[in-house]
Amino acid sequence: MKLVICAGTATTGKTSVLRHLIRKLLADGKTAAYLKIDVQYADEDEILSKEFGMPAKKTYSGELCPDHCNVMVLGDAMQWAKRVGCEFLIVETAGLCLRCSPYADGGLGIVVLEATSGMNLPRKVGPMLSLSDIAVVTKIDLVSQAEREVFRARIMEAAPKVWIKEVDALRGIGIDALVRRVEEMPDAGDKLMLRGNPPVGTCTICVGKKDIGWQSHFGVVRPLEEQTFYRGE
Amino acid sequence: MIEEISIIGGNGRNGEQEPVRSVKFKMGDVISIVGPTGSGKTTLINEIQLFADGFTPTKRKVLVNGLAPLQEYREDPSKNPVAAITQHTNFLSDLPVHDFLTIHAGIRSSSTVQAEGIVTETLSFANQLTGEPISRDSRMTELSGGQTRALLIADAVVIGNSPIILLDEIENAGIHRTHALDLLRKYRKIFIFVTHDPYIALLSDIRIVMRKGMMVKVLRSSEEERTLSKKIRIVDDVMHKLREKIRVGDQLMDEDLEVAI
Ligand SMILES: Nc1nc2c(ncn2[C@@H]2O[C@H](COP(=O)(O)OP(=O)(O)O)[C@@H](O)[C@H]2O)c(=O)[nH]1
Ligand SMILES: Nc1ncnc2c1ncn2[C@@H]1O[C@H](COP(=O)(O)OP(=O)(O)O)[C@@H](O)[C@H]1O
Ligand SMILES: [Mg+2]
Ligand SMILES: [Mg+2]
Ligand SMILES: [Zn+2]
Repeated sequence: MKLVICAGTATTGKTSVLRHLIRKLLADGKTAAYLKIDVQYADEDEILSKEFGMPAKKTYSGELCPDHCNVMVLGDAMQWAKRVGCEFLIVETAGLCLRCSPYADGGLGIVVLEATSGMNLPRKVGPMLSLSDIAVVTKIDLVSQAEREVFRARIMEAAPKVWIKEVDALRGIGIDALVRRVEEMPDAGDKLMLRGNPPVGTCTICVGKKDIGWQSHFGVVRPLEEQTFYRGE
Repeated sequence: MIEEISIIGGNGRNGEQEPVRSVKFKMGDVISIVGPTGSGKTTLINEIQLFADGFTPTKRKVLVNGLAPLQEYREDPSKNPVAAITQHTNFLSDLPVHDFLTIHAGIRSSSTVQAEGIVTETLSFANQLTGEPISRDSRMTELSGGQTRALLIADAVVIGNSPIILLDEIENAGIHRTHALDLLRKYRKIFIFVTHDPYIALLSDIRIVMRKGMMVKVLRSSEEERTLSKKIRIVDDVMHKLREKIRVGDQLMDEDLEVAI
């Protein structure tokens, strides 16, 4: 199973990027399942499942931080993707909490940033960018060459090791190189760990227990198919 | 170093073979792409930007110096030699022009002195393209349409220093095309215009005619067209003067139109 986790604030173009990615993966004979994690509303699962006939699901994080929700449900989601016979699990997450990051070691972490959000944005997004493997910059069709270059330079400042890919996600320009990276990534191992350190807090994830899957956590936990519940004394 | 790029023809929308099998652009060439809306002009320049290699619906290939392009052109945005400016391209920053250009120049230059030099060159380039002078202290977002387009082009040419520049139907109003083309030619780049402007088409070295998603003809301006373009230039200069007079609040007179064609 290969795991792609795609994060970015609302309307940056995550779904647009993933749509092109999925189209090319399927055209290359791969199989993929899609999971959307959002706070209170999402319809991408229905859209993508209709468009590509692929297994797709969504889950609402509600009162949980979406990145924490991701840690909780990802174990179940990997099982689900395996059960429906898919080689790739592609997770789109809202990335609202700028202190956390949703990426897991063993998976590929993609952050989607929009070039239209101003040249200072890369300095503001924190671990969602600095812990990612790939920063996809969308909406390059709308901004000047100058702003594109400054945006890129500031990403490199904030995340020197990240691979930057600029795309026009409306027209699919620049997607192919991204597809290649995704196809070439290794399988995620059996034991996934959250990448990076969560901020100060009191829940098991916040205090630094990074094992993926709600079974490894206490307090308020969350399986993929059920609502949040309390586990512990 | 890029010396030339070629486009190897693919197929049209219905799968038929594209009449133009290949076309080559050399450094210093100005190319125009003409054809009705929907004929595939934007698609063609997008493929140049992508360094298409048979993977797009048209199956076209783009070669650099006769060879398959380096993978890094597609993989590393800072190595992509193409800059594209379209109707939608805009400046979003509200910084003063000078500060904005200095930030851009700063990531391109090794010293602040060098950066200051290219900022000055960019502003003077932009001011030769547009009739409305751009002041270094104006905010980027206060610039007019013409000033913005002039600065977009000047910035891509001088600071961005991209060897290949694509201009997709950017509106020409407010741009002094005669100066623009003379100026662009000095920079030995490949300029590709998608245009409906007869003047730019005639002054280009190569004119590609698009129809139904295909390159159907490659034209070079004829002797007659070259002579004609000199006359169009006069008309163009006259129109430019008329526009300037209106702008400064003068009234036009019959004699303003009396030109020696
Ligand atoms: N011009 C342009 N629009 C884009 C691009 N990427 C996304 N969009 C538009 O931005 C909006 C939000 O995109 P979406 O993929 O739904 O964002 P998400 O919320 O991150 O999944 C949509 O209207 C897209 O059509 C791009 O590269 N260029
Ligand atoms: N050779 C081709 N094969 C398949 N589709 C094409 C081809 N050329 C153009 N198209 C499609 O035709 C439509 C119009 O093309 P476009 O490049 O936007 O035209 P223009 O810029 O001349 O108005 C686009 O949807 C494009 O994808
Ligand atoms: Mg989305
Ligand atoms: Mg077009
Ligand atoms: Zn959080």
